Amino acid sequence: MEFVSRSEEQTAVLAAGIAKLLKPGDVIFLAGQLGTGKTCFIRYASVSLGVREPVTSPSFTMAQTYSGKITVHHLDLYRLSDFTAEDAIDFEPYFEAETITFVEWPEQAEPFIQRPAMVIKMEHVDINSRRISIVSERDDLRQKLERLFASAGH
Amino acid sequence: MILGIETSCDDTCAAVLHGNEILSSVISSQTEFHALYGGVVPEIASRHHLELVNAVIAQAIAKAGVELNSITRIAVTTRPGLIGALLVGVATAKSIAYGLGVELVGVNHMEGHVAANYLPPEPVEPPFVCLIASGGHTSVVFVPQRGEHKLLGQTLDDAAGEALDKGARLLGLGYPGGAELDTLAADGAPGYVTFPVGLDKPGRLDFSFSGVKTALYYYLRDLDPKIFNEHRADIAASYQSAVITALVKKTLAAAASTRCDQICIGGGVSANTELRRLLATECERQGMRLHIPPPTLCTDNAAMIASAARYLPAKPLPDYLSLGATASGGFAA
Repeated sequence: MEFVSRSEEQTAVLAAGIAKLLKPGDVIFLAGQLGTGKTCFIRYASVSLGVREPVTSPSFTMAQTYSGKITVHHLDLYRLSDFTAEDAIDFEPYFEAETITFVEWPEQAEPFIQRPAMVIKMEHVDINSRRISIVSERDDLRQKLERLFASAGH
Repeated sequence: MILGIETSCDDTCAAVLHGNEILSSVISSQTEFHALYGGVVPEIASRHHLELVNAVIAQAIAKAGVELNSITRIAVTTRPGLIGALLVGVATAKSIAYGLGVELVGVNHMEGHVAANYLPPEPVEPPFVCLIASGGHTSVVFVPQRGEHKLLGQTLDDAAGEALDKGARLLGLGYPGGAELDTLAADGAPGYVTFPVGLDKPGRLDFSFSGVKTALYYYLRDLDPKIFNEHRADIAASYQSAVITALVKKTLAAAASTRCDQICIGGGVSANTELRRLLATECERQGMRLHIPPPTLCTDNAAMIASAARYLPAKPLPDYLSLGATASGGFAA
């Protein structure tokens, strides 16, 4: 599924819609270059999940936890090089059955961490527009995503 | 005598404080520690803290020229940070406190950055407004008295240090390249490109740095490579100026809003040349006193954690056994 968002507001609507499809224990990967709006997407999804404090970039701290209607973990593996199985131990506390976990820059950690419910890829188009593509291996989620995209005219 | 331990981010740190005197402050990335330990570059994961923590503490005690049993209080960072990394420090601190039969103080890392200003060589006292700007945090707080912090503004997206590091990467300087950006910008004209200053509205004390980062990306994407090569220093200076201007303007506005005439800073970005220059100029112009601790006290260290523990309530045994680490936690508004 693919959608070109023409503004931050459109991205916000999509992020809120996707957040409503998530269940406790779900992990969401966000891939894309610097400045494509990964943290921005997670911020709007988190607001929809009841988080009220500012959702900021965890590039330096690598992990942040927010409490909303559900606990939201926000990981960012940007600074890590040569991610190993041992590094994964440090992130284990952030994958829980009753929480939702967003992971930015997941590529090199992928073999070592929990499989994602969906992978969201963000790409630059122009200064206001981003191409957002979503892939899910889970049939139930794929159907819900298709309905969301159809109803929103994405 | 206080032993401070800090393991919330990349560096493993320990320090000994006697009264307000820093007897030692060891940081694992310091070359002198590397030489002693064998040159292992510590990485992010908690196992690196685990490997280094005992050696760093042993060196802090040795450099202080004291015996471990002359320590009367242990201070340790409990938040915010990576849980595993924090727990290495907390577990170590509990063990030493238990072994020595002394009390323990859990310290918020952000409060530690404020408390660095209470240390020599030029200790200051509240009231003051403190800007904390690093790779992971950007906040401006009002400190009416020791231990009391009122959050006036914070970043809503990227931290200032992160904006500088990521800008450096977009300019091809590697990562983290904040220091290289600073050097390159020194030869550039800050007015060459106008980059947006985040949330640049009167009375708005929060920060936003993701817009300027994205603006740099699109500016560079559409730029003639020849112009890029000729004007790289000018672009670096213009970009850095947008980030630093936001920090300085909002810090001074925060001070004005609290009728406070003293400004302190903390965090790694305080090493930035342009921040120091602009802040000094503006403080002088507006009749504010500016206090910048030495670089080793601005970046992560354990002396600042011990400094905060001088005025914070301590937990005796067995109360501290239940002390845990918390991933989140900055200042409250």
